[in-house]
Amino acid sequence: MTTSAPDVPPPPAQSAPPAGDNGPHDDSTERYILRLYVAGMTSRSARAVENVRTFCEKHLEGRYDLQVIDVYQQPALAKSEQLIAAPTLIKKLPLPLRRLIGDMSNEDRVLVGLDLVPRT
Amino acid sequence: MQHTIANAAHARAIPKSPTGVQGLDEITNGGLPKGRATLVCGGAGSGKTLLATSFLINGARCFGEPGVLVTFEENGDELASDVASLGFDLPGLIDEGKLFVDYVRVERSEIEETGEYDLEGLFVRLDHAIRSTDAKRIVLDTIESLFAGLANASILRAELRRLFRWLKDKGITAVITAERGEGTLTRQGLEEYVSDAVILLDHRVTEQVSTRRLRVVKYRGSHHGTNEYPFLIDRHGLSVLPVTSLGLTHHAPVERLSSGVRQLDEMLGGQGYYRGSTVLVSGTAGTGKTSLTAHFTDAACRRGERVLYFLFEESPLQLMRNMRSIGIDLQPWVDKGLLNFQAYRPSRAGLEAHLAQMYQNVRDFKPSVTVVDALTNLLTAGTANDVRAMLMRVIDYLKVNEVTGFFTSLTPGKNESEETEAGVSSLMDTWIVLTIQEIDRQRHREIRVLKSRGMAHSNRVHEFELTDRGLRLLDDTGPGIRATGGG
Repeated sequence: MTTSAPDVPPPPAQSAPPAGDNGPHDDSTERYILRLYVAGMTSRSARAVENVRTFCEKHLEGRYDLQVIDVYQQPALAKSEQLIAAPTLIKKLPLPLRRLIGDMSNEDRVLVGLDLVPRT
Repeated sequence: MQHTIANAAHARAIPKSPTGVQGLDEITNGGLPKGRATLVCGGAGSGKTLLATSFLINGARCFGEPGVLVTFEENGDELASDVASLGFDLPGLIDEGKLFVDYVRVERSEIEETGEYDLEGLFVRLDHAIRSTDAKRIVLDTIESLFAGLANASILRAELRRLFRWLKDKGITAVITAERGEGTLTRQGLEEYVSDAVILLDHRVTEQVSTRRLRVVKYRGSHHGTNEYPFLIDRHGLSVLPVTSLGLTHHAPVERLSSGVRQLDEMLGGQGYYRGSTVLVSGTAGTGKTSLTAHFTDAACRRGERVLYFLFEESPLQLMRNMRSIGIDLQPWVDKGLLNFQAYRPSRAGLEAHLAQMYQNVRDFKPSVTVVDALTNLLTAGTANDVRAMLMRVIDYLKVNEVTGFFTSLTPGKNESEETEAGVSSLMDTWIVLTIQEIDRQRHREIRVLKSRGMAHSNRVHEFELTDRGLRLLDDTGPGIRATGGG
């Protein structure tokens, strides 16, 4: 079933570079918008920052935008971002929105949380 | 530590934060413990949120204490429209900076737990909300929702413990609502953390009659009523009805009121009823109970006093038509606003609802006489015991306000049976019995004063008739007088 008729024009999806959202292989081109909220510079916060940075370099190299925010500095954000726990990593894009809470030490859970591996 | 607190509490009354909820502040001797947390628990739809919100709104509106409402279940708009139906203007208070609402959305499907965490995000939110309104009160409704959103119960419990301690340290008066659990006060055992005061709400439906009840289960360092108190949710919000707030310390006015029938006044020590007393008129059907009531009503209105008339058997128009046939026209008093009829069928709502309704009418209309015609109709809305308990509360309320209570009671069957009224008669200061005797195919109406506290009253049976000029006693042999004791 890999044969294709040569006279049929190629479907546009194949030529359009970043827009594709069907098929798992397309994920490797999606940009990840991530916000990491920590509460003060505690050792747990530091651990979370370190873990998220390492994780992103390993799994999302070149296609992530990570911002680290201390909620103590911007307390109003806690309400607008619906924060409960700290640290919280919010995946704003790609949708669906996800909230990962904890120090991100469990790499498998982070993979699941960011929808990089299917949920069980 | 605990020991010291307990001793201190005994040494002097702990400060209270009034709820502004009618009745609740009476039961709790002034409100909820100030600077402490109160747990309000109950099943779904028991009124937890409304009680908590009322505490907050009244605080902001009436007691100069701004508040924070943290809701885990309803978003701000839903909440605003819920309380708007009760006359509370949530958006207005928010605009004035007296209230801060934060809807904490906990969506399990969005959350992934990846390691150690705490609830500092929530703490920051609360702290921000408290600071931005300089809040003195806070409501967490219902914080248990966190258990559904977060898997790690041990972190959650430790953090809740920290949260309640934190609130206490801030000196903020908190209300925490919680769902009733099976065999426990709350589903998640929050009573373990919040133990200064616990209020339990209950919503029961018995024989299709719904009643809501409130009980103060615990109140550390304070006296409180321990009964189950009925409460009502209506367009004025929530009100709790203390079983008896009186303790028999009310005034005993000495002023007398004419019954509207001169000859009856003579039977009643020559002057009629006492103001602020309770009068029961009982008799079988057609004996003239309502006529006697109409006389008293008419007399009160002639003095320029206000009469609130609960009518359970007929419409006001029908009653007024019938009374015109004995020469009493009540219509002018209605027109002048002195006479207010409340006519409805008691079976329509539960007894508690009736009681609350009556309180409210009395409160709004401020009558000097309140008529209940007929008391016996209330029996369709509850058991004899419940009716008696309810009546006791109505009477207490009337006496405190020096309102004269006038009650009619229909005696079932052909013959008088004094036992049927025995349940309520002890609550009455004056008891008048009307009967009909058939002698030689003629019906003879008779009236007698069975008791009348605090006055020398007639002990004779007098025959009377209903004429087009009202009720008239026939035998002119003069009232037989016997002196009675005070009660």
